[in-house]
Amino acid sequence: MIWSKEETLSRAEMEKLQLSRLQETVARVYEKVPYYRAKMDEMGVKPQDIQSLADLQKLPFTTKQDMRDTYPFGLFAVPQDELVRIHASSGTTGKPTVVGYTRGDLETWTDCVARIACMGGATEKDVAQICFGYGMFTGALGLHYGLEKIGAAIVPSSTGNSEKQLMYMKDFHTSLLVATPSYALRLAEVARELGIEPQRDLGVKIALVGSELLTDAMREEMHLAWGRDVKITSNYGMSELMGPGVSGECLEHCGMHINEDYFIPEIIDSNTGEVLPIGEKGELVITCIKKEGLPLIRYRTKDVTRLFYEPCACGRTTCRMENLSGRSDDMLKIRGVNVFPGQIEEVVLSVPELGPHYEIVVEREGYTDKLTVRVELNKETDSFAELQRIEATTRNKLKVVLGLDAKIRLESPNTLQRFEGKAKRIKDLRNVK
Amino acid sequence: MVTKQISVFIENRKGRLGHVLDVLKEKDVNILSMSLADTAEYGLLRILSDQPVLGKETLSAAGFSCMLTDVFILKIPHTPGSLQKILHVIADEELNVEYMYGLSIAGENASIVIKTSDLEKADEIFSRHGIETLSYEIL
Repeated sequence: MIWSKEETLSRAEMEKLQLSRLQETVARVYEKVPYYRAKMDEMGVKPQDIQSLADLQKLPFTTKQDMRDTYPFGLFAVPQDELVRIHASSGTTGKPTVVGYTRGDLETWTDCVARIACMGGATEKDVAQICFGYGMFTGALGLHYGLEKIGAAIVPSSTGNSEKQLMYMKDFHTSLLVATPSYALRLAEVARELGIEPQRDLGVKIALVGSELLTDAMREEMHLAWGRDVKITSNYGMSELMGPGVSGECLEHCGMHINEDYFIPEIIDSNTGEVLPIGEKGELVITCIKKEGLPLIRYRTKDVTRLFYEPCACGRTTCRMENLSGRSDDMLKIRGVNVFPGQIEEVVLSVPELGPHYEIVVEREGYTDKLTVRVELNKETDSFAELQRIEATTRNKLKVVLGLDAKIRLESPNTLQRFEGKAKRIKDLRNVK
Repeated sequence: MVTKQISVFIENRKGRLGHVLDVLKEKDVNILSMSLADTAEYGLLRILSDQPVLGKETLSAAGFSCMLTDVFILKIPHTPGSLQKILHVIADEELNVEYMYGLSIAGENASIVIKTSDLEKADEIFSRHGIETLSYEIL
């Protein structure tokens, strides 16, 4: 089912709608947000210079740093009393980034999430268990409102206490799971430890996963754990832009549909800031064109992807973005080579004798970076030859994918840390002072 | 006749071996003999015990990667050259020794625990050559 008529507009209709909303947004931020006015004045661009969608390139970028510099409400386009909700990022480094919603923004957000839930196969008959942390994080409440809107029954179980999660799942007949991919795998693991076979004893048929990369290999692991017929789709968003609901994958599994009537995507070269031609891979930049509270202009997401505009077999005509290939700031530079954790994950998941969990450790010995990948042995063996073969296979595959020699450390099952939210799999010990 | 041995993967990390022994003690699993082979990063601990199935299940439940392996316990006279004779038989019959370790039991005979290639063939060879195999129940 397609939730909104905007998802099937012709390209010309969509561009017309985008342009009028963009012009309205730019005029509004110029008038209401001194920070944007100063930036635009400095660049010599006025709202009336935006005559076509291509003129978007004349506008300044917004970065996370801009949000920190204007903490807490400096980029807001409405007075604080018009806000009905305030969220903030965890802010592990420096000030948190604050986002706020007007009543209209909450409606927009709910509509966006309802669309992506429909794309993933959700209906009013579903019982949706939301295993994202409720609180300042936008993930849980975003999915909550959107799924409630389409009429699903929400189980707001939040994160933690996997045993209780599984009890709810069984007793409430949960049919739809919202979680990070790694937590979805963790839940299946705990279920088996408790003697619950997910495919036989639980009724999960749909998984909407997000806030972490979903690689093809991870999707395959999820199918092995939860069942071949479970519909697994990923969705994308970030609190600065709104939260989840910026884009979502449909059941054709061919990229994530961007809610283009609300967000205009661009792909840039993250070093030069130049807009790249359609189809090229680079950093995703998003302009919010229907936000009232915090309408960010050309926000640099740091996520690396590619856009394509061919209409989809599902009937939607909206632009799609490829499943992310990494974050430009997640990228590790090891001995001068760019390494995305996702590449390492693909390799780990492709070796059947290893479990899906891993940890990447980067150290410096003298002047050389040393990469170690800690993995869990998933195969019982009595043979050193076999252990060495597993190590060598993994090491060779990494060498092919990364062009780097890595040390493999085999560990016993259940040794590596498990995560309920975003997995933190990188330990970069090079800059510890 | 083959005997079940427990093979456990352990990382070379402080306390791991002790943890295996703690887990086995908890269930009163007695160790008759063991061997620990290691590389810089990890080792394989091979345990001959009076309750291999219980021992393996207990270790698995405690999160260890472990399995039961078929090995032979060979009875060897306590005289110079008797092990050499057996190894010649094994080599002549084109079997491979994957690993072996001693088993200390009282009495006039010694014994070794041996893991060979092609267990079925090995069993037949041992009985053809009159090499006695033991089981842990006898011990």
